[in-house]
Amino acid sequence: MLNTVEHFIHVIGAAARNKKPLSIRGGNSKHFYGGRLTEQMCDTLNVATYSGLVNYEPSELVVTARAGTRLTDLETILSEHHQMLAFEPPHFGENATLGGCIATGLSGPRRAYTGAVRDFVLGVRILDGRGDDLHFGGQVMKNVAGYDVSRLMTGAMGTLGVLLEVSLKVLPTPPMEISLCMPMKESEAINKMHQWASKPLPISATCFYDGNLFVRLSGAEAAVHAARIKIGGEEINQGELFWQRIREHTHTFFSSGTRLWRLSIKSSTPPLLLPGQQLIEWGGALRWLATDENLNEKRVRSQAEAAGGHATLFYGDKLSLQAFHPLTTHMMALHQRLKQKFDPAGIFNPGRMYPEY
Amino acid sequence: MTHLELVSSLLTFLPREAVLYETEDLKPYECDGLSAYRQTPMIVVLPQAEEEVVKILQICHTTKTPVVARGAGTGLSGGALPHTEGILLSLAKLKRILEIDPVARIARVQPGVRNLAISEAAAPYGLYYAPDPSSQIACTIGGNVAENSGGVHCLKYGLTIHNILKLRVLTVEGQAIEIGSSALDSPGYDLLALMTGSEGMLGIVTEITVKLIPKPEKAQLVMAAFDDIQKAADAVASVISAGIIPAGMEMMDKITIHAVEDFLHAGYDLEAAAILLCEADGMAEEVADEIQKISTIMQESGAVKISVSHDETERLRFWAGRKAAFPAAGRVSPDYYCMDGTIPRKHLAQVLHGIEILSAEYGLRCMNVFHAGDGNLHPLILYNANQPGELEKTEAFGARILEMCIKAGGTITGEHGVGIEKLDQMCLQFKSTERNLFHAIKAAFDSDGLLNPGKAIPALHRCAELGAMHVHRGEDKFPTIPRF
Repeated sequence: MLNTVEHFIHVIGAAARNKKPLSIRGGNSKHFYGGRLTEQMCDTLNVATYSGLVNYEPSELVVTARAGTRLTDLETILSEHHQMLAFEPPHFGENATLGGCIATGLSGPRRAYTGAVRDFVLGVRILDGRGDDLHFGGQVMKNVAGYDVSRLMTGAMGTLGVLLEVSLKVLPTPPMEISLCMPMKESEAINKMHQWASKPLPISATCFYDGNLFVRLSGAEAAVHAARIKIGGEEINQGELFWQRIREHTHTFFSSGTRLWRLSIKSSTPPLLLPGQQLIEWGGALRWLATDENLNEKRVRSQAEAAGGHATLFYGDKLSLQAFHPLTTHMMALHQRLKQKFDPAGIFNPGRMYPEY
Repeated sequence: MTHLELVSSLLTFLPREAVLYETEDLKPYECDGLSAYRQTPMIVVLPQAEEEVVKILQICHTTKTPVVARGAGTGLSGGALPHTEGILLSLAKLKRILEIDPVARIARVQPGVRNLAISEAAAPYGLYYAPDPSSQIACTIGGNVAENSGGVHCLKYGLTIHNILKLRVLTVEGQAIEIGSSALDSPGYDLLALMTGSEGMLGIVTEITVKLIPKPEKAQLVMAAFDDIQKAADAVASVISAGIIPAGMEMMDKITIHAVEDFLHAGYDLEAAAILLCEADGMAEEVADEIQKISTIMQESGAVKISVSHDETERLRFWAGRKAAFPAAGRVSPDYYCMDGTIPRKHLAQVLHGIEILSAEYGLRCMNVFHAGDGNLHPLILYNANQPGELEKTEAFGARILEMCIKAGGTITGEHGVGIEKLDQMCLQFKSTERNLFHAIKAAFDSDGLLNPGKAIPALHRCAELGAMHVHRGEDKFPTIPRF
């Protein structure tokens, strides 16, 4: 059987012995994201078939599933119990798996208001580079026994280990959601999002694009109605579809350049003056920049740094450019030491995070 | 380097009063909130600036001297227990609030700032810092980061890890690194998560950027009394199943109700077997809606008495009893030992019953007051330290409770940390390969093992000597045999 833990352990053992790296693959929906594999001779470790629900008890607000479980399947099961993955993960393809969602650590429109994927990770079962089958965290909300390896695995691009199972906190689906739109200038929109965020309003997503500020309200009917009056604007039809297009990058904005930069910065940063088109999410903390090759990488990265954050090349030519923001020398050394502890032979996804490991 | 040489090298850059080495000066630092464990440090240092901490770490690194960081010393697991041959690094004097940015809703503070002081400083802007451990008037934010502290409201608002953005950390060599950023995420590994709850084992935090959130427009509390603990536990699950995430959901058992009522007269029902306090907060409309739903669920779950707070005074009065549970325990017993296990909520009644049986077996009373919403138990074992053998008996009782938590699929510590206290139980919760990886992570940060040595992760030989069987998440060897 090719989808058993024993098989994975066998493959890892052989890879470590032969110094032949592995490319860990789930649904292959996010292969475009992150760095390129630096080794040409990688074998593929396919974990997509290692799937299925391990445990789900709605009243515990916790779900545990195997890493190969398709995100759509997981979300369908949760929605049957009026629950959801509150970080609203982007799928980027129908085969997207839970493992890929955790490994890339990407969160959707709700992130600024309810939390990121790492905020909802409660526990993991992994195989490290020695092929050891390890559990960290658990299925409870609060757990401070040992270092937080579960969250460390989130966004690690598969460079620290093979995810087998993940336990996540889930939340009830809001009884009501409406989306509003109002025309506005960019600087005004950034101010507006901050004014709202300083009040206890049931906002679950914001987006500014092309002279319009979009906001989604989620919660109890009474709260949504009351907030709607305070916020103003026009209700948009098919609001759900709008946010799905933003989340999945099927909105036309995302294909309006040959390069898509993701600038994660301090939310209150005034409009960024960079050539290309921009779309703002997360109350100002996420700025997408669709541009072309003429825009110098350094300029994007230094603007992001000056704004207290970092820039990621999301789509575009990664032969010449590194996807993730460079680390300081000390941080890179620390990353390499950690990597070495988890994966002494350096076999997991070389280059998917940084060219150095 | 000898003890005196170390003192004199510290005195080259620290003022006299910031270096303590006389026995009587060291005494106040010999324990933290877990007073059953005491050790006198070799030297206590009280730096006032990051540059001083850098120099202290450089000296310790060069001389291979252990360093134990300490905030307010309110920790309950002995995480700040000094090392007899080491330096106790008090960060209590780094207590400046460096910046409050009401627009971006963040505060940048030094580690010695008290938890509550952040909310007080943010209050003029209608903002606050959400995690509220019960010791919040005294405990420091640096200690909160070290322990990943929670509090009454963390079911809805999260733990420390969910409420911080950035740390400035000194490595064991004294090198400053920034972990996290002013943005919502950062490149590379999630070291912010790794640092949070790492009990001073990986680095020394000198600056913390926390998130501030708007104060809810309104908060209201439902107090429900039950004649049966199972019914109360079921009510907790029903509230969650109904799609409500209360701001807080606390439970008290009969012995606790009596202890706090004698002490405070909060108006608790003395006939009740359990009392649930369930709070809703947010916009007024939202709160009204939730309170209505919660009251109905309590009724349907068989509550014998339901009271809803009418105003702030009443809400605070209802809470007062819960918040005074620990002092009340101190009134009814010369000593008490506070445990901190977390279990899946569905096992609440079963585990509470198990604790009752153990209480009879050990002949020690146990008060149960806890965060029911997230299954975080705080059994308070009442004992008398002056009775020979009673502390040992208490610890054995406590250890059995934690084993029960692991067997129920939970964990040995929800928010107090492992410290020195739960090292043996770490051998039960984690197998040797998992513990090895913890040691490897530690070594990636601190290869000489100078930062808080001997805490949080048990040495391999300790588990071997203990001969403990790894209790694997409910997979007992004989799962059908009652062990309570």
